[in-house]
Order: sequence, then structure tokens, then C-alpha cells
Amino acid sequence: MGSTTEQTAASAPGFGGMQARSAEALNAQARISVRNLDFYYGTNKALKGINLDLPDRQVTGMIGPSGCGKSTLLRVLNRMYSLYPGQRAEGEVLMDGRNMIDASVDLNELRAKVGMVFQKPTPFPMTIYDNIAFGIKLHEKLPKSEMDDRVEWALTRAAIWTEVKDRLQSSAMGLSGGQQQRLCIARSIAVRPEVMLFDEPTSALDPISTLKIEELIDELKRDFTICIVTHNMQQAARCADQVAFFYLGELVEVAPAAQLFTAPREKRTQEYITGRFG
Amino acid sequence: MSSTTFQPETRGVVRRSPALASRRKMVDLTVKWLCMAATLIGLFFLASIMLTLLWRGLVALDWTVLTEEFRPTRYGDDTAPKGGLVHAIIGSLIQTAIGTAIGTPIGLLVGTYLSEYARGSVLGNVLRFVSDVLLSAPSILIGLFIYQLVVLPMGGFSGIAGALALAIIVIPVVVRTTEDMLQLIPNTLREAVIGLGAPKWKMITLVCYKAAASGILTGILLAVARIAGETAPLLLTSFGNNVTSFDLTRAMASLPIAIYQQANSGFPDLIQIAWSGALLITLGVLAINIIARAVLRGRN
Repeated sequence: MGSTTEQTAASAPGFGGMQARSAEALNAQARISVRNLDFYYGTNKALKGINLDLPDRQVTGMIGPSGCGKSTLLRVLNRMYSLYPGQRAEGEVLMDGRNMIDASVDLNELRAKVGMVFQKPTPFPMTIYDNIAFGIKLHEKLPKSEMDDRVEWALTRAAIWTEVKDRLQSSAMGLSGGQQQRLCIARSIAVRPEVMLFDEPTSALDPISTLKIEELIDELKRDFTICIVTHNMQQAARCADQVAFFYLGELVEVAPAAQLFTAPREKRTQEYITGRFG
Repeated sequence: MSSTTFQPETRGVVRRSPALASRRKMVDLTVKWLCMAATLIGLFFLASIMLTLLWRGLVALDWTVLTEEFRPTRYGDDTAPKGGLVHAIIGSLIQTAIGTAIGTPIGLLVGTYLSEYARGSVLGNVLRFVSDVLLSAPSILIGLFIYQLVVLPMGGFSGIAGALALAIIVIPVVVRTTEDMLQLIPNTLREAVIGLGAPKWKMITLVCYKAAASGILTGILLAVARIAGETAPLLLTSFGNNVTSFDLTRAMASLPIAIYQQANSGFPDLIQIAWSGALLITLGVLAINIIARAVLRGRN
């Protein structure tokens, strides 16, 4: 990664909007651009003036101690927070030239474009096949044969097809934790989103399953823009192209992974990645 | 950034008195024996009731009870044909079925509203409170309510009035179990459905109901068991009948009422039939409870 990222303390108090980031950072266009984003849980301000670009078909890792706002930002990107009265965002989340936190945005359409995988596997109480078909049916009417193809495609992309192809009609609840998580990834990509959000996708999994998910994320970034929240810095280093460090609701630093972990510009980043706090 | 350092606690030498330890052992034993004694007293009465019921009920239970309608007693005449309870069994089945059919969807929708739409809202809290009050309201009041609302305007007792009274008893039971079972579903499952771009109503009907199905079904079964043994509300609504009736606009027999009337009759043969009716209801309710438990267990 040749280009360097010039990121001043964009989110430091008083410098909310100022951000000097070279245009060809990471050599990719931004798929989503977050601009001056504030977020509130009731009166509690959880995100303060966030500016961040998610480069197209790259993996953005978000790290920081618990309560720093990284998951909150993830839940802004697909408007999950809109489920809960009292939570609100101000600022801009630009995707295809539209501000996605605008009230007029069709949430179901947005969530079809921005898929999400959660910390704990969340299989639906139905068959493996129906789990995958569920999301597809929400947005498309496919004849049976095309549906079969799509289900197979999604399960193959999520690297679980060979394990489940003979038991598509059995309950998804019978799969192991790691399989369930890959099923959830398959369910998300079956809808054919453009962006995939991962909220600590491996923190409930064993090392082998974790490895599989990480390989999968690496594979998926050919087609999807990916954003992953993780508590595991090694994971961020392994998976992410660029890494954003959050602290107390601020975006302290964002840089290519190699740079952030070897030569962070900010003292707080340095302290966090060396285990001084967090 | 403030660094945390551990302050080692300065602790004195702890002195434990042997007297305190033996006193605690005494209290522990006393409480244990009190609990066991209370359990035994409870079990004694339960066993006494069940054994008497089994003994008296089984003696009287025969095929005629299940196939014959009520017959006036011919006390002392052993050759006279014996009566039975088939009219009451049929009446109970009809009224319980209609009561469940009316009460369940209403209870289901209210429970869904409370869990999925009205969390923390004032209206939700008021509704939940009212429903809980209704849950423990004396059932004779519900009978009186339907008496005023249905029996008096219709000009007489009727099967449909009985079914409506039972439906009102079903509603709060189903409301509570539906809400409780939906509350058990983790929010992440809801978010996973919403995250795929599903509207809320699809989340509820296609996923939440499925995840809570066995629990909700158990609640409905328990409601059925509850109304199958209700007497007071039926006394003021369907009243009872000595013949089999399928006419919902007329008075209709039911097992609890038949037991009540025949047990009060003073004739030993009728009282015997009442015992067998009581056994039948108990076995029915027991069967429903066993099914409910099996359903709940089958969830995992």
C-alpha cells in the first residue's frame, strides 16, 4: 500500500469537519462516506463528529475499547438504531449521493443494500434452506429453480455449502456455532447487498471457526464493501485494509492497517494498541 | 488516562466463633425441616383429594356414563336404565372450543401488541395491568358481565353466552403467555430479521411467532384446561341442560354444571355419576397439561 493517509485529528473537539485525506487513499472510491456524524442515545452523545470513508471493496476494521462507539457507528450505517425510539443520528452518511440517515430513506431498501452479521449467530427457527430463502423472498419473487440456484450460490460463497448440501431441509438450529455464523453470512449475501457490516462476528466462536470466517471475509471483499467491528486487534490486522480507532465516541485515527499498527500518529492509538488501556 | 493500581486491602485477623457456627447449623436444620413439613402437609391433602376422586370416580365410571344422557333417578330400582353425562361432555366440548376459538386470537394480538409495539409505553402498561387484573378476577363476575350483556338481551340462557364468558377467561391467559414468550426472544434475532430488510409485521409473523410457537401453544392449552373446569361463569350464562343440545341459542349442558347439579341432588346414583364426571374433567385437564409439557419440551 503505497499511498499514505493524511488524517489529522479529524474528530478532536473543535475540529469536527476538518479532514485532510488524500483522495486516492487506499486507491479506492468511497462506497459510504460518513460526514460530521453525531449520535445520541437519548441525551447521551455517543458519537462525536465522525468523518470516515469506507473504500469500495475493501475491509474497514473498527477497533477501540468497549463503549467507544464503534458498534454504534455500525448500527448507524444500516439504520438499525431506527428501531429504538430515543436514538438519533445527525450528520451525513452518504451512499450513492444520498444521505442515508434522512427520514425519507426506505429502510427496507437500505438494509437490502447494507447487510449485517451479528456477534452471536442468529439462525431463524426454520430449515437451512428457508433461512437463506427468507431474505431473498423479501425483495424478489424467484421461481423455484432460480431460488434453489441462489440458495446454493449464497451457501457456496459463505463456504458452508459442502457441509449442509445434504441437510438443507433440516433445522438451522442444529448447526454448530461456527456453521450458524456462516449460515448468517450466507443469508445476508443471498440478498446481494453492496456493503456488509460485521459486528464482532467471531467473538462467540472457537479459533477454527474464527479462521474460517476471517478467510471468508477476505474472499468476500472482492465483491462487497466490508466493515468489521472487532475487539481483537490481531483480527483487525489480519482482515482489514484500513483500520479506524475509536475512543470515547471520537474517531481518533484512521489509517491503512499496516501503518496504524506499526506507526500510529496519535498517542492514544499507540497506547491502545500496545495495551496501555482498553 | 489514569492508570489503575490495585490497593491491597489491609485485613485484620478474622476470628470466627464456634457458637455462631453451631447456631447457624441449627437455624439451617430448622428451616429445612419446616419446609419439608409444609410440603408433606400440602402433598397429603392433594393425595387425599386425588385418591378419593380416583376411588369414587372409577367405581361409577362405565360405558353408560360416556354414552347416555341424563335420566331422572329411580331410586331403589336397580333394573331402571342408568343415565350418563354425554350431554354434558358434548356441551363442554362445544363451549370450550368456541370460547378458545374466540379468546385465542384476541389474546394473541393483545400479547403481540404489548411485546412488540407497546414496550414501555403508558398505554401498554395500562393494558398489561388491566389484563393481569382480569386474569385474577373472580370468574362469577365474568358470568355476571355476560349475563347482563348477552343473556338478558337474548332473553334466556344460551350456549353462545357460555362460550363468550369462557372466551373472556381465555383472553388474559393467552395475553400473558404470548407476551412472556415473545419477550424471551433475544433482540438480536429481531435485529437479524430487520437487518435483511424485512418490515416489522413480517418479522413478527414469520420469525417471532415461529420462535415462540411452542410456548404460546402451551399457554393456549393451559387456558383450555382452565376453562374446561369453570363452573361459576357457566351457571349464569349457559345454565345447563338435561339433554344433548347443539343449539347455541338455547341453554347448554356442561360437565362442571352437571357435576354441581347432580352432586347436589341427594340421590346416591346421581352423586355417583357426578363423581365419575369429576374424574373425567380431572383426567382431561391432566391430559392437556401433559400435552402442554410435552410441547414445551419438544421445543429443544
